[in-house]
Amino acid sequence: MGELFPKLPVDRWIENVVDFLDDHLGIVFDMITTVIGGLVDLFALLFSGLPSWLLIIVLVLLAYRAGKWPIALFSFIGLLLIENLGYWEHAMDTLALVMTAGLISVIIGIPVGIWCARTDSVRNVVTPVLDFMQTMPAFVYLIPAIFFFGLGKVPGVIASVIFAMPPTIRLTNLGIRQVPAELIEASDAFGSTAWQKLVKVQMPLARPTVMAGINQSIMLALSMVVIASMIGAKGLGADVYRAVTQIKIGAGFEAGLAIVIMAILLDRITQSMGKKKNA
Amino acid sequence: MPKIKVEQLTKVFGRQPQRALPLVKQGKTKQEILKETGLTVGVNQASFEVEAGEIFVIMGLSGSGKSTLVRLLNRLIEPTEGKVLIDHADIVQMNEQQLQEVRRKKLGMVFQKFALFPHRTVLENVEFGLEIQNIPKSEREPKAREALSLVGLAGWEDSYPDQLSGGMQQRVGLARALANDPDVLLMDEAFSALDPLIRKDMQDELLELQATMQKTIIFITHDLDEALKIGDRIALMKDGTIVQIGTPEEILTNPANEYVEKFVEDVDRSKVLSAEHVMKRAQTITLDKGPRVALQLMRDSGVSSLYVVDRKKTLLGVVTADAVNTAKQESLTLESVMRKEIPTVSPKTLLHELFDLVAFSDIPVAVVGEQNRLLGVVVKGSVLGGLAGKVNPEVGSTPHADQTAAAMEGANSGENAGTNAMNPASLNASANTRVNIGVNKSENKQAAADVKTDEEHAFAEERQVK
Repeated sequence: MGELFPKLPVDRWIENVVDFLDDHLGIVFDMITTVIGGLVDLFALLFSGLPSWLLIIVLVLLAYRAGKWPIALFSFIGLLLIENLGYWEHAMDTLALVMTAGLISVIIGIPVGIWCARTDSVRNVVTPVLDFMQTMPAFVYLIPAIFFFGLGKVPGVIASVIFAMPPTIRLTNLGIRQVPAELIEASDAFGSTAWQKLVKVQMPLARPTVMAGINQSIMLALSMVVIASMIGAKGLGADVYRAVTQIKIGAGFEAGLAIVIMAILLDRITQSMGKKKNA
Repeated sequence: MPKIKVEQLTKVFGRQPQRALPLVKQGKTKQEILKETGLTVGVNQASFEVEAGEIFVIMGLSGSGKSTLVRLLNRLIEPTEGKVLIDHADIVQMNEQQLQEVRRKKLGMVFQKFALFPHRTVLENVEFGLEIQNIPKSEREPKAREALSLVGLAGWEDSYPDQLSGGMQQRVGLARALANDPDVLLMDEAFSALDPLIRKDMQDELLELQATMQKTIIFITHDLDEALKIGDRIALMKDGTIVQIGTPEEILTNPANEYVEKFVEDVDRSKVLSAEHVMKRAQTITLDKGPRVALQLMRDSGVSSLYVVDRKKTLLGVVTADAVNTAKQESLTLESVMRKEIPTVSPKTLLHELFDLVAFSDIPVAVVGEQNRLLGVVVKGSVLGGLAGKVNPEVGSTPHADQTAAAMEGANSGENAGTNAMNPASLNASANTRVNIGVNKSENKQAAADVKTDEEHAFAEERQVK
């Protein structure tokens, strides 16, 4: 076997591609680095700049709006605990990372999802790409990410986006395709343009499904923070990573607990955004 | 000039539908084409014209292509071939913008499952058509409210569709289509999802609205009774082909082929056919004749009553055999024994409104036109004959002076069995002088009371005879 068919040099091809991109598209990567880095810094500034008590109040109010008072109570206790354990600063770094990754996922994911819903051929191309993004181990694309974007938060965000974006695309596509055919007919019959149909009929009706996708994306982005910390992204992930390498069970648990609290809080708030205002 | 003109409109579903067109033109059936090419012919060379202000019903069973046809008219489904001319402009040739413009301004559509937007309030639903024309809120809201009050839903503006019953939801659907004030309404099985009583109400209301709106309505249905009730004309479809186009009466009385005949077999004819379809020639006499002539005439024609008319055939009254006998014995004129209170109906009176009148009348019910002109008479036998599908189309066109009583009473034996059983009853009742039915419009309350008791009397008598 080995003699008849020499091994395909897939590894060399990929390295050549990466080299080529690095040589010729350096400016593009610099721009991406600036934008993403700027976004993360902006969020971090916002979250860390505000006094923790004010942010706790805002988050508790959001949680209260999202659900009933049990969630608000949980948020209040949870956030106080994070503060008490001394992880507040890092939790805010993580939040900034997750929010940036989530935002980018939405900005790219929803239009791509809409495109998929409108054109079958696009969906047929995008679907395997999404499968690839979700199943390829994250460490694998961390390597070229470092190559292009250096160490730190930017490659962390990029890795998170790659891993977290597929649910938004998939569920946007699904949500639009699930709009009943007769409503599309009604919209067309009255002379809607494609854009009017999208904005006035398809997106409002797909909203719960799309929001479920965004919720999933944010959860997945949060699950990437530990991996992102391995290439220098700050935050709770870095605390977990340090605890693991130094075998500090207690500290690891504390940082992990903070991540769980953040996860539940983000999940409930984003979930409720999908359910709201649906008669 | 027709509002809508459809020419050779064809829709073939499947890959490369053009392949089927030569076969369609050769006149091959849907089944043959499916076998040869694997393509499904949805609509097969449909051609028809719809006049402005007309309710044109397209009827057929499921799978007959009627819903496809209506969607070809506004290109919700792209036609494979053919023309759809609305006000002379061919929809099929239009580009996207032109099509949108026609859909916005000229075509309103009402859907079987209502197709209301669940995320919008009733008012916002009705506003939809205007909203996408970028008409400002201040302008479109009054129009939407007006449309809602037109369908009787004022006060429900802020509800959501799922808070409304099916009938109300479809009213919203109708209001949404009307808010744009389109010339043409496409109604795809609009009332089929409603339960029977609500459906009937909606049909009545549509007809009522139509009386003032004068829209051109294309109405799709699988329900023949509905088609007959609301259609000015009906197109019957089978396997994508229009089998027959005609008025409800034409479809019922002259089915184009076996398929149509089978289709109309079960219909409630009493709600479609009217007095003019079943009336027979009246046996008449003028007042210058004497009782002896009258008796002779009755004997010759075997009837027990004669309608008295003047030379212009204006109905004056009726003389019965008993009355004429009395006149003869007491040397009275016909005029003095003539009964003036007699049941009359207009030629457009539907059969089901005739039942009571005919059943309880001792004399044939007179059908009168303008200026009280006697057009013919309706007897029990002819009503039954009409229900059984035997319509007498020759009345009024070929007068025969010597028309016999047998024909009058619908006793052409063999035409139907029920007739003979009924005849003695009517004769018997007419012999009874106490029976006196007054159904003229001039009748007073006393007369109305008489009718009541006499009706009962006649009814009892009739049962005895049976």
